[in-house]
Amino acid sequence: MESRILPDPSAVKEELIKKYPPKVAKKRGKAIVVNDPAEIPQVQANIRTIPGIITQRGCSYAGCKGVVLGPTRDIVNLVHGPIGCSFYAWLTRRNQTRPDGPEGENYMTYCFSTDMQEEHVVFGGEKKLKKAIQEAYDLFHPKAIGIFSTCPVGLIGDDIHAVAKEMREKLGDCNIFGFSCEGYKGVSQSAGHHIANNQVFKHVVGLDDTDKGGSFKINMLGEYNIGGDAFEIERLLDKCGITLVASFSGNSTIGQFENSHTADLNVIMCHRSINYMAEMMETKYGIPWMKVNFIGAEATAKSLRRIARYFEDDALMARVEEVIAEEMPAVSSVIEEIHPKTKGKLAMLFVGGSRAHHYQELFGELGMETLSAGYEFGHRDDYEGRRIIPNIKVDADSKNIEELKISADPEKYKPRKTEEELEKLKEAGLDIRDYDGMMPDMKKGSLVIDDISHYETEKLIELYKPDIFCAGIKEKYVVQKMGVPLKQLHSYDYGGPYAGFTGAINFYRDIDRMVNSRVWKLIQAPWEETAVELEADYVTQ
Amino acid sequence: MLLRHTNKEILEREALTINPAKTCQPIGAMYAALGIHGCLPHSHGSQGCCSYHRSTLTRHYKEPVMAATSSFTEGASVFGGQANLVTAIDNIFTVYEPDLIAVHSTCLSETIGDDLQQIVTKAKDDGKIPEGKHVIYAPTPSFVGSHVTGYANMVAAMAEQFAENTGKPIEQINIVAGWMEPSDMREIKRLAKELGVTIQLFPDTSDVLDAPQTGKHVFYPKGGIRVPDLKSTGESKSSIALGCFSGEPGAVALDKKCKVPFKTEDIPVGLRATDRFLMRLSKTAGVKIPESITDERGRLVDLMTDMEQYFHGKKVALFGDPDDLVPLTEFLLDLNMKPVHIISGTPGKRFEQRIRAILADTHADANVKNGPQADIFLLHQWIKNEPVDLLIGNTYGKYIARDEDIPFVRYGFPILDRIGHSYFPNIGYMGAIRLAEKILGVLMDRQDRDAPEESFELVM
Repeated sequence: MESRILPDPSAVKEELIKKYPPKVAKKRGKAIVVNDPAEIPQVQANIRTIPGIITQRGCSYAGCKGVVLGPTRDIVNLVHGPIGCSFYAWLTRRNQTRPDGPEGENYMTYCFSTDMQEEHVVFGGEKKLKKAIQEAYDLFHPKAIGIFSTCPVGLIGDDIHAVAKEMREKLGDCNIFGFSCEGYKGVSQSAGHHIANNQVFKHVVGLDDTDKGGSFKINMLGEYNIGGDAFEIERLLDKCGITLVASFSGNSTIGQFENSHTADLNVIMCHRSINYMAEMMETKYGIPWMKVNFIGAEATAKSLRRIARYFEDDALMARVEEVIAEEMPAVSSVIEEIHPKTKGKLAMLFVGGSRAHHYQELFGELGMETLSAGYEFGHRDDYEGRRIIPNIKVDADSKNIEELKISADPEKYKPRKTEEELEKLKEAGLDIRDYDGMMPDMKKGSLVIDDISHYETEKLIELYKPDIFCAGIKEKYVVQKMGVPLKQLHSYDYGGPYAGFTGAINFYRDIDRMVNSRVWKLIQAPWEETAVELEADYVTQ
Repeated sequence: MLLRHTNKEILEREALTINPAKTCQPIGAMYAALGIHGCLPHSHGSQGCCSYHRSTLTRHYKEPVMAATSSFTEGASVFGGQANLVTAIDNIFTVYEPDLIAVHSTCLSETIGDDLQQIVTKAKDDGKIPEGKHVIYAPTPSFVGSHVTGYANMVAAMAEQFAENTGKPIEQINIVAGWMEPSDMREIKRLAKELGVTIQLFPDTSDVLDAPQTGKHVFYPKGGIRVPDLKSTGESKSSIALGCFSGEPGAVALDKKCKVPFKTEDIPVGLRATDRFLMRLSKTAGVKIPESITDERGRLVDLMTDMEQYFHGKKVALFGDPDDLVPLTEFLLDLNMKPVHIISGTPGKRFEQRIRAILADTHADANVKNGPQADIFLLHQWIKNEPVDLLIGNTYGKYIARDEDIPFVRYGFPILDRIGHSYFPNIGYMGAIRLAEKILGVLMDRQDRDAPEESFELVM
């Protein structure tokens, strides 16, 4: 297995685009690059999808409602549009949540829609939207209602923000805000993340100044508690004595968002979906941010240490070391058992906007190599690192996504560290306000592919025959029909958590189970392998 | 409680839908299009719809579901999606080589008024549709009807755009399939074979969405009605449409275009709908119903006789799609059960009329509603006001079942958390036996769970 001969990546690249019409081939050629960590090549990303190519991508509404706002349990998320958008985002992402007691609010099991009909498209849907808000208020008396625009809303000119304002004033004790996240905005889910960040920042963050206490207060940004990931991270933070003020947005409440500006550090899991929030919070409130990764046992230990180093507190650093020392033996014993069974196997990862990077650490712990990886909707900074941000040109398809102009809050701005202190920490190797992206962590000669198409996926599998392929539900059964196990890294195949130390153990066991399952050897019928020798010559009619 | 905010007090709603008992048109069109061999469904809208529809079908079938999209951007949304669709058609034929592309629309392309016929004609004029290949289209605005409507629209498009009547009648009967599982379509074909009738079943998703594991991904699986067969439906002697919401529009289209007369029957769920279907097939084709089928029927009635005491008088709440619920309600009555709450998100007067007629003699006071606001939230409120012994519906019913502790049978679309619906029939006598078995299973499991130790039964 270790001596498997792999094809030449440049030849693979040519093979992947050979069948395309010339214009398409040219465009796709820029999205497929052979990596060199020493000299990161430029990758084309965050541009429009080629019609008809069979993309993995979803839309802006999915990025806004489905991803960022979906996990907050006490906001009534009202989708303004025909029924589909609301239906498909109903409990299909596994954002777990734990309400406070049997009375605690939790609307995540519900699906709210204005269920727009033809007459609303013709005559406008604002009246129906207002009425739906009133009905939701009368039924549930929620703290907040979020309104999400779907494709037709922008086209017919319904002003959801005016409706939100009017109803907020009318109802008095319910925060109501809108998201213009029509599916056609931008080129992918990514536009929706940005829109979600902006509106939550504008309408929610900073409303509650209560200091909830704690010596080391952080916000966790871009962790959505799929399969209980955030529960595991919360457990570790708690054990270390680090206070989680707010989570954006796994297992979260709107109260946490309102209070989030009282934290002293923002740590980012998913850079793509939430880096806007981190930057805006630093500008307005003076809270620095730092990229972390709780996927992988080593990565988790490293991230906890880095949080402790930021606070420059000896007791905290000692406590973090104790926690790591307590947690690691269980991890090591599982790795010892599984490593020989996974060592040398090959993985490919094509997931969203962050996991294609994060999970490479976990595969590394299993002794597995990532041959090829890419995002659906990452931007160049997620691939090449934030240093290239000044070189990114916003193209025509994304230029209408609002950039908020943020300035320091005259009363609430309070720099948590001076620039000198931050500089010192950076010199000591703590990468404040930075993210190096995926490519520096990938081997020379690995293939990085943005917005991979179905065609490229099949070709890649044929050419490399990886031992495991990681993507989503739409790819899962295609790839498995080819005899290669597919690990869903969006839904975790209904398992998890995979974050933290417990999560790493779960992941090791799941990958071992998948790559070593008996079923892959049972695909061919025995009579296809060797023809049955016929012993008689019965004729049946 | 998972649905802790659902109150017993019913507040009349006009604008807010909560926990819908339907979804939108295009997913139905996508499903129907997969029932043609060598077809790639195409969603003319922004790409989110296509991803959602593929994902939902995939989660239901645990199978690959292929479809392409026009991937609208904001520019196209303002200036029209013609260029996107023409480019998509070109790319699809070059890269994925289908025999045909079946285009459906979304609320986006419908709102801006893209004319699919005109765009497809343009693609043809521009030479983007290779010789011998086809592009068909069906407008499927998401703000009208439901997923069932979308299915019917695509089926009607198949008839309109493929059926030909050259005046040479063929000894065959069209069966315009209402929305059924691949297993059900397979069962229709088996029953026709048992009767010795030549049929053209369309669409036909068997051998497409229940394809075997072979170690190869077959992009266009071996199932699906073939284009020449679809063309020949215009020369059939007659059509039988199954389901007045999902099947009938296809038969109407065939009649209009090729003068193929049709009769509509219910999707053969349960005993009497199966009786009617078989008699219709027998009558239309002029063949007798064979003993083997009469025996199957007898086995079903035998089960109903033997197990009568367990079904009798049990109150049932059910939700789903109209063509499934009408014959199901009738079957539940034949089992001496009491359907007391019935909800369908799909609008249409014929639903309530049919259900009321079925219930008239025995349960005229049942709660029946369909259309917007006829949602699972309302059903749950009804259940809180009048509890039931059994809940039948798609996967989303499991939240009510758990909260209210009701035995639950998964039936309809989508079923995201169990398998079987695509492998074992729900229709015909065999399907009815399976359905009765499932109902008995959950009722008896409940009896076993709740029985005091002294009356825990070995034999039932």
